[in-house]
Amino acid sequence: MNQRVIALDSLLNTGVTKRKGCAASGCGGAADGPDDMAPEVWAKVRDHPCYSEGAHHYFARMHVAVAPACNIQCHYCNRKYDCANESRPGVVSERLTPEQAARKVLAVAAAVPQLSVLGVAGPGDALHDFTRTFETFTLVARTLPDLKLCLSTNGLALPDHVAAITALNIDHVTITINVVDPEVGTRIYPWIFFRNRRWTGLEASRILLERQMEGLERLVAAGVLVKVNSVMIPGVNDEHLKAVNAAVKQRGAFLHNIMPLISDPAHGTHFGLSGQRGPTPAELKELQDALAGGASLMRHCRQCRADAVGLLGEDRGQEFRLDQLSATTQTADPAPRLEYRAMVAEARADRRRAAKAAAVRLAPLADVLPRRVAVCTKGGGRINQHFGHAREFQVYEVDRTGVRFIGHRRADNYCGGGFGQDENLEAIIAALAGIDTVLAAKIGACPRSRLAEAGIAVIQTYAHEYIETSLSALFASGLAPQALAS
Amino acid sequence: MAYQILASLCTACGACEFECPNKAIRIKNDIYFVKPEKCTECVGHFDTPQCVAICPIEGACIQA
Repeated sequence: MNQRVIALDSLLNTGVTKRKGCAASGCGGAADGPDDMAPEVWAKVRDHPCYSEGAHHYFARMHVAVAPACNIQCHYCNRKYDCANESRPGVVSERLTPEQAARKVLAVAAAVPQLSVLGVAGPGDALHDFTRTFETFTLVARTLPDLKLCLSTNGLALPDHVAAITALNIDHVTITINVVDPEVGTRIYPWIFFRNRRWTGLEASRILLERQMEGLERLVAAGVLVKVNSVMIPGVNDEHLKAVNAAVKQRGAFLHNIMPLISDPAHGTHFGLSGQRGPTPAELKELQDALAGGASLMRHCRQCRADAVGLLGEDRGQEFRLDQLSATTQTADPAPRLEYRAMVAEARADRRRAAKAAAVRLAPLADVLPRRVAVCTKGGGRINQHFGHAREFQVYEVDRTGVRFIGHRRADNYCGGGFGQDENLEAIIAALAGIDTVLAAKIGACPRSRLAEAGIAVIQTYAHEYIETSLSALFASGLAPQALAS
Repeated sequence: MAYQILASLCTACGACEFECPNKAIRIKNDIYFVKPEKCTECVGHFDTPQCVAICPIEGACIQA
């Protein structure tokens, strides 16, 4: 179980604490932040796996499912079905009262020092029955004041609760905004419930949009970091999301996260049943690239369940079901978490130095097309995962201008049950479409030759190196000698 | 005059419980039900019964 968490020991084993070449107290602290971010913003996002791409390597979040009810209906949502193997928003195994949720958070905090964030993300809307959401936060803030609090909402009820959100120090809010044109909205929202009645059609979308924009503006004015989630629905709002990006950026959204529609008839959603398809990874990337100049794009979203526990991309929710929590009182001692965060600050400063060195190495190289590479990592910014354990791959692009994270490819999509190993390898090959190089800590001979047949080279020589260090070396090694000499 | 919840269709999201102006909706063993003696069908409160208007499942809240 412990190997699924990146943890203290993996940091210890990768040289982070060797402190070579730097005074014992000289790194960490404020120095671990990126150069282009204000310190007060960095302080808010550095431990939040969803808001800072770097943080999801180190920190864990948990969602507590205290908000089953929703005040709108979306064509991509159906909360009726629950399967423990499924990972998608709106899905949950166990509904909790605020008291049960607080107990669960305490149990996870005691067992997982990486825990830094508690979120309420449904499975309905966190602000419809706001009493449960706010009571949960109040209880947790009392026992675990070091955790950051966040919630996600469709925005309909948001303007009514801005004051409560700031009073509870909830400094991260996610609003799902799929359209900025109500006409487009009519193809996504069949109805909303607002001011004690149901609204349909254009009027429903118009009200929802007005409320979302009002909520966004007021949260930004109150200093809350706002992430906007958009579901990319090909043929419905895919092109339109450029307008959404511009509108939310103009209103001060901190991040824009474009997620692919998850559509499967088995999920029982309107889109799933009507045959509306989701975007391909290539379509998603094309849109994300077109928006690179807009509000900062989030590319590491894993579309978590509303009761997810752990690091992004893993879910330890089943270990912390209510019936498994011990009756004994858990310790609320923050020391292990604070210690862990200090260590991470140091690890990040170390990685940032490695990244800077990689950039220096790349800058004089030839100006050729970027190379796209998938890496297997358990976190810490290193190539430290065995290929056979990888359920998802991080995809990077490298050229002379630098190493850029461009997204994830998941190979465990949504229901792994019933698949054998061979099928799994085929799923991985399919997920890696368009990529010809994978860096892993290790790979067995058999999958290695099967991947080679599919035109994918798996390289082990960079095992346990930093991703930036490895990719710059790989890029340099792939260039012709005359290009290297330039 | 009262509404009822069809347990076979209900997803137990609790949205109706939150909206009901009469506190007529209760939960027992994870199953929601309407206390008929408390339900007014929202007459005098709202134009439409709130449980019907918020329920995400068509036909799960019906007139008894």
